[in-house]
Amino acid sequence: MQQKVKVLWITGLACNGNTHSFLNYPNLGQFLDNFEFIYHPIIESKYSLEEIVSNTIPCDVLLIEGSISAEIEKADKKLIDIISNYAKVVNKIITVGTCSTFGGIFRDSEYEDITGLHFNETLEVERFRKIKDKTISISGCPIHPELLINTLYSIKNKIELKLDEYLRPKEYFAYTIHNGCTRNEYFEYKVDNHQFGKKEGCMFYDHGCQAPFTHGSCNKILWNEVNSKTRAGQPCMGCTEPDFPKSNLFKTKKNMGIPANLPLGVAKRTYLTLAGVTKAFTINRLEKDIFDD
Amino acid sequence: MSDKKQQKKNDIIEASLELFASKGFYNTTIPDIAKALKMSVGNMYNYFKSKDILAKEIIKFISIYLGNELKKINEEDISTEEKTRKIVAIYFKIALARPEMIDYFLRIYLSNREVFKDGCEGMICVNEFVTEIMIYFEEGVTAGDLRDQDFFSAFGLFMGYLGGMVFLKGEAILPKPLDEYIDDISYNIYKALSV
Repeated sequence: MQQKVKVLWITGLACNGNTHSFLNYPNLGQFLDNFEFIYHPIIESKYSLEEIVSNTIPCDVLLIEGSISAEIEKADKKLIDIISNYAKVVNKIITVGTCSTFGGIFRDSEYEDITGLHFNETLEVERFRKIKDKTISISGCPIHPELLINTLYSIKNKIELKLDEYLRPKEYFAYTIHNGCTRNEYFEYKVDNHQFGKKEGCMFYDHGCQAPFTHGSCNKILWNEVNSKTRAGQPCMGCTEPDFPKSNLFKTKKNMGIPANLPLGVAKRTYLTLAGVTKAFTINRLEKDIFDD
Repeated sequence: MSDKKQQKKNDIIEASLELFASKGFYNTTIPDIAKALKMSVGNMYNYFKSKDILAKEIIKFISIYLGNELKKINEEDISTEEKTRKIVAIYFKIALARPEMIDYFLRIYLSNREVFKDGCEGMICVNEFVTEIMIYFEEGVTAGDLRDQDFFSAFGLFMGYLGGMVFLKGEAILPKPLDEYIDDISYNIYKALSV
């Protein structure tokens, strides 16, 4: 039998949401036929946390969940020392989630130097620069389990992944969440949704949806294989981006009626020209409920 | 469209604007415009199939003209207050140099909506102009100079004020030349819109 890829999952300051999301992967059994956790905080594994931190157990991939700070300790060892130690022996490192990639929500905690492994929002962090070549970022709050698992299979199969400026695989992060959204027709004709959870309407214009300027594949690789936030009727909160979380997530920030954040790469003049044209027309079909005439 | 044909269309628009301003929109016919340009009526119809189509092209022409002037101001690296003054000044300058343009905008486009209802829905035919006003407002709010509010409440205050002054000028009611009002009006608008 082929040897399993040995994976170490270490947690910094985290809510464990990425772990929970990971456990929702529908083919976990098959995954565990190919990968083996030498340590995971929830899944039964071969070594204890004490054994992991006080030795250097051979492994192939280091997964880091949660924000990082020099103050954080795991089994009486500094987290940053554990990361440095294992970074030397593994082939690849994956930051699992927005906290370990950009710092995330815990930047607002009482720890002083909370960051992601390589980034503090968009700024580069010096501490682990030497291991940057080994790192792949899977941002998200939480991560989409398929993105993490597909990336692990790419590592196993020695497939070189093209990465963006924040080390995220372009395969999943070169798109926007808007790509594949079932509400695109409403976006095109500027029909906003006024009730959360309804099938009708786009949520970009009034309801805070960040999908047109957020990188990810939520509407291409569906959650639990069936749905996404925007399809279900909740605005995208931009959870894969360096500045997550922003505030006032259910309201579109506007300046004199113009959205402060425009669709990625669209110039203000272009947006306003198009918006002016579409706003002049009323498409009755899109103003009505889909099922009720 | 060839440059030559576009130039001819522009000539027709310019001649029509003058005739509409002097004789009125409904009193001016396609043969009148053809005569002013020494063209045959048949040839006129090669450029514009009807007076209503011509009317819509004219408002787009004016919108592009005004929009280009405002775009230059928006792209300048100056404060919102200075931009406000420059927009007021350019609007009055055009009202003086090209009174037929502003006249058309106020007296024909805004007053004869039945002519423009098909093809000029909403603000489509004045898009270039409105877009630049939107950018001026948006950048003013982003810079922390202007108060965030509904676009139309700000737009009405700005353009209604300027349109009203040009109208009073057109009616020969203003006691002073239009450009002598630039400082006060710019001050009033900026003060009304600022944070």
